[in-house]
Amino acid sequence: MKRMLLTGNGAAAWGARLAACDYIPAFPITPQTEIIEDIANWIDYDEMDARIVTLESEHSMITAAGTAAATGVRVFSATSSQGLLYAMEMLYTVSGWRAPFVLVNVSRGLATPITLEADHNDILAARDSGFLQIHCSTCQEVLDNTLIAFRLAEDERIRLPVIVNLDGFYLSFTREPVEVPNSDAAKKFVGDFNAENIRFRASTPISQAVAVLGGSAYSYFRYETHLAALNGITVYDEIATEFSAQFGRQYDVIENYYADDAEYVFVMLGSFSTKAKQAVDELRNAGWSIGLLRPRLLRPFPKEYFQKYLNEKKAVAVIDQNISMGMGGVLHSELAGALYDQTKAPKYLLSFIGGLGGRDISTEEFFEIAVAIRDAVKTGQTPPPRLMYTQAELSEIRKLQAIANVERNELTDKEPGDKEPGDKEPGEKTLGEEND
Amino acid sequence: MTEQNVTIYRNMKNLPSTHLLGTGTPMCAGCGGLEALNQVYDIVGDKSVFVNAAGCMTLLSVYPFTPFRGSWIYTAMGSAPAGAQGVRDALDILIEKKRIDKHEDMQVVVLTGDGSAYGMGMSATSGSLERNLDYLYLCYDNEGYGNTGQQFSAATPHAAKTSTSKGARGFPGFKKDLFAIWVSHKPTYVATVIGAEPVDLARKIEKMTKLQGPRMIIALSPCPTGWDFDPQETVNIGKLAVKTGVWPLKEYIDGKVIHTKVPKQRKPVEDYLKLQGRFKHLFEPVRNEQLINEIQNRVDTYWSEVQLL
Repeated sequence: MKRMLLTGNGAAAWGARLAACDYIPAFPITPQTEIIEDIANWIDYDEMDARIVTLESEHSMITAAGTAAATGVRVFSATSSQGLLYAMEMLYTVSGWRAPFVLVNVSRGLATPITLEADHNDILAARDSGFLQIHCSTCQEVLDNTLIAFRLAEDERIRLPVIVNLDGFYLSFTREPVEVPNSDAAKKFVGDFNAENIRFRASTPISQAVAVLGGSAYSYFRYETHLAALNGITVYDEIATEFSAQFGRQYDVIENYYADDAEYVFVMLGSFSTKAKQAVDELRNAGWSIGLLRPRLLRPFPKEYFQKYLNEKKAVAVIDQNISMGMGGVLHSELAGALYDQTKAPKYLLSFIGGLGGRDISTEEFFEIAVAIRDAVKTGQTPPPRLMYTQAELSEIRKLQAIANVERNELTDKEPGDKEPGDKEPGEKTLGEEND
Repeated sequence: MTEQNVTIYRNMKNLPSTHLLGTGTPMCAGCGGLEALNQVYDIVGDKSVFVNAAGCMTLLSVYPFTPFRGSWIYTAMGSAPAGAQGVRDALDILIEKKRIDKHEDMQVVVLTGDGSAYGMGMSATSGSLERNLDYLYLCYDNEGYGNTGQQFSAATPHAAKTSTSKGARGFPGFKKDLFAIWVSHKPTYVATVIGAEPVDLARKIEKMTKLQGPRMIIALSPCPTGWDFDPQETVNIGKLAVKTGVWPLKEYIDGKVIHTKVPKQRKPVEDYLKLQGRFKHLFEPVRNEQLINEIQNRVDTYWSEVQLL
């Protein structure tokens, strides 16, 4: 065991290296690229006994990852954002092959507008793909959970690919001290890859991923995959217990931060939960009864754990770093579904959307959220979902628009007061006004 | 003469009399693609993994049956060559790391239709060629999206009627020169074949199985349902495609293109066209002399340039 200063990307690369994976199909995309650069360099300098191949797209990359896993080697790959979506057809396809491998996704907002910084719309688009999902909030967790992910994917009760998710920039490029396990210990923990009966050999020909005709055969295989995915909670718990015994770091399916004795609970995914933790600390110091639940596993969804942890809570605020257009926060609706039939579930389940495209969520905003959940209990009313945005941000955008208009008017010889297409009509409602 | 040039397939008598590929597949009667695949599979053999892209032949392996004695994996329409990359790399790794014996190795064969090969799969194919992937690629080219009812594809010939080009002049575009596109990557081997010329086909497959690197093959595949002709005419139409010069049989190897079967006296293209319902509008109700000449001229120009080489 040695201590190193690693970025989230570096930690992910170390995870792949320590898991002794054989094959890395790759394709560069910001903010993930450092992962494949690290691995490529280790392979070039004989520090890692693996083969890396740069494909011509993420679609091809996931195809190659799937077929290599289906041939019988241990596979690791990484992507982000648009890349994950470009590969989306193959995510759904290869999970059905039941050939396990690990994919790291470095979360980044999706176009449009095209951007580089983090939110969770990319990873949530893969929600129903059949990949299991582990969401990380620290660099240490990224390394450790990459090792755990190989065990989870390859477990005979699961046999599904696993995505390890970390937030772009906030985690991918942030250096933290990370305990890097000894290579022999890590190798022993992960074990050798066992392809079981999913493999290509000349002496034992098989057909994989064949077509089916009709809904019966189709449903059979889809149900099998779903039931295997559901095993993920139990299996993750088992592996994490073993990991803790060996390396001394505990990973629960849901990270429970002072939620046991709290009346109010924040629920959120990923690295921004570390900001929520700070807010919880400060609020508790000020006398609030508040805690945080952060699901590490999103697929399978830890329904029973949520039901247990949220039993008899007064109110919950789900902070979604994603937005399902025309619906709202994805985690909010998932949690609402999990709690629906629970008689002692919290009556107030508030939805907040924030942190899109890397936008910060300040401690003050967490305080605002805390006040909103307390007020909901006080007034007996759940407020409508809130799109977090400040007056200052809106003013900044309006300023940019004004500058752009002036520039355009100068080019087209218009008077500054002339009406522009897209100018707001009086009485028209836009961002910022509903929350005033 | 190198060993590569020695062929055991000198004439029809040397060809296998029984086929390796199982019978009872759901392909259409008279399928020119299956005709070619049967012959290819006899020579490639069952020590192979067929990596398939979406197309008619995806239906060869329907759970729980397959006509293949070797292995198979279906991928997607756009990325079968990337699938081949993963299988090839994994087999290499397993052999290098001594986890499997060398006799467990296999030929990796991509099997796609023209819809994938000429279009959606082009980027993945080009990538595999630049990476010099060691594999075989068989494109069965029936000149349209056959599995969905013969809409025109980038492989459809000029003037052909398809379900998305039903007008008086048929398909306004021109068949893409996939052979030239592949050759421009300078792969190990590229060839055109047709099931109706089995000796030419067998020699080429025999040659390519002994080589390393990307080995690419386009099989023109007369399609009774898509081209609208009686299934018993498949072989006849295939032979006419060669005799009229519409489908030049050729190969690219060691930096040179060689025509392997040059028709001495080319038959007029209309001999080939008039047997197919997709070209019926060139002859009925009135003969479209201009369009027939246009097609003939294009074929003549091709061959006049070949003679110059």
